[in-house]
Amino acid sequence: MIAIIDYGVGNLFSLKSSLACVGADAIVTNDAETIKSAEKIILPGVGAFKDASDKLFSSGLADVVISEANNGKPLLGICLGMQMLFEKSYEYGESKGLGLLKGEIKPLSDVIDKNLKIPHIGWNSLKFHGEKSPLFKYINENDYVYFVHSFFASGCDDSLIATAEYSADITAAVGKNNIFGCQFHPEKSGNVGLNILRAFCEKGGI
Amino acid sequence: MTTKRIIPCLDVKNGRVVKGVNFQGLNDVSSPVELAKYYSDNGADELVFYDITASFEERKLFSDILCEVASTIFIPLTVGGGINTVEDFDRVLKCGADKVSVNSGAIKNPSLVYEAAKLYGDQCVVLSVDVKRVDGIFRVFAKGGRENTGIEAIEWIKKCVSNGAGEIVVNSIDTDGVKKGFDLEMLDAVCNAVSVPVIASGGAGNKQHFVDLFKTLPKVDAGLAASIFHFGEVEINDLKQELKSNRICTRI
Repeated sequence: MIAIIDYGVGNLFSLKSSLACVGADAIVTNDAETIKSAEKIILPGVGAFKDASDKLFSSGLADVVISEANNGKPLLGICLGMQMLFEKSYEYGESKGLGLLKGEIKPLSDVIDKNLKIPHIGWNSLKFHGEKSPLFKYINENDYVYFVHSFFASGCDDSLIATAEYSADITAAVGKNNIFGCQFHPEKSGNVGLNILRAFCEKGGI
Repeated sequence: MTTKRIIPCLDVKNGRVVKGVNFQGLNDVSSPVELAKYYSDNGADELVFYDITASFEERKLFSDILCEVASTIFIPLTVGGGINTVEDFDRVLKCGADKVSVNSGAIKNPSLVYEAAKLYGDQCVVLSVDVKRVDGIFRVFAKGGRENTGIEAIEWIKKCVSNGAGEIVVNSIDTDGVKKGFDLEMLDAVCNAVSVPVIASGGAGNKQHFVDLFKTLPKVDAGLAASIFHFGEVEINDLKQELKSNRICTRI
């Protein structure tokens, strides 16, 4: 069973449906015991970092996720959920993340051309970084995925597995040991996205 | 770089897609679920659903269908039609919509865009605006393009963007249905006024019109159309090949 963590940020309808579509047995939950008994964890999220971070820490779910991840349980953060894996964010002041991966969240405006639009919204292609990640088992380099974000993970070279070109190379996905994250929305990225979720969810895989 | 997006728009009434459709391999050409799947499998980058019903019962049916579509296809979905309150946003978002398009609702209630953007984020709020030239000035029309509100369109769009609209669908009444190409003059004026994504609507009749759109106005992010896709006059995959051969980047 895969636990999709419900901490009150964003709409989980599509994520839940897409997991059903790849044959995964997923449950949306905010219950610590359910998360502990799950084989894998997905941390979603849409919205502002500070609000999400406050909710995750004040509910006690942050501690559960950190200890499960440290015990080796596969964890996938999506969009804001990916950003949450890092040490801290500078969105509306400084706020702390789960600290499971090295790096921090900065505004796209720091690195992209001034004439480009923010948010970075729409379909962009993936450039793999380093050895092909098991998360990409069923997809190819240059496949397109759907992005919507204004902030990005910086200083995460040791976990970087893919970038997307938006005048600068932007962190698109990260993976280190049992911890993975996608800045884009696999649940909105058509078959490519479903294949990423399939690789994460399948038994004996990640 | 992000690609230019091609977006088919489906009008739904009484649970069925209105406007004739004629696709081989589709058993039920007016089923929103089958059509959405067809488009998703054949190159559409996003889908827009307009609920063109009015009664409460029909709205409930639309919500049920939306849930079914959103649990079957996994590309971004925008929903519009009858969005007048934050509760309307909530209703369609819970059914799996990613973005919500407001038009007359924003005119009737000027704080709607701001309230919705604060609750769901700018990326969720799409301003759809029907624009027509009146004595050489771009004016906003309401009620499906029947009523001149007297509001100057560019100022209206700028105001809604500052209130949190994350994307703008510009539908030119002057070119809509004429199939002689998008309204490049109007779109250029909008692109120069705002920095959020602009989606062109109204006037596409063939593939070349999309090439002209993106070549002339590189700032336009997406092209939206209905009947030319529904009637099979333009296949999205063919259109994307045509754009590619004109060095316009799309998701292929």
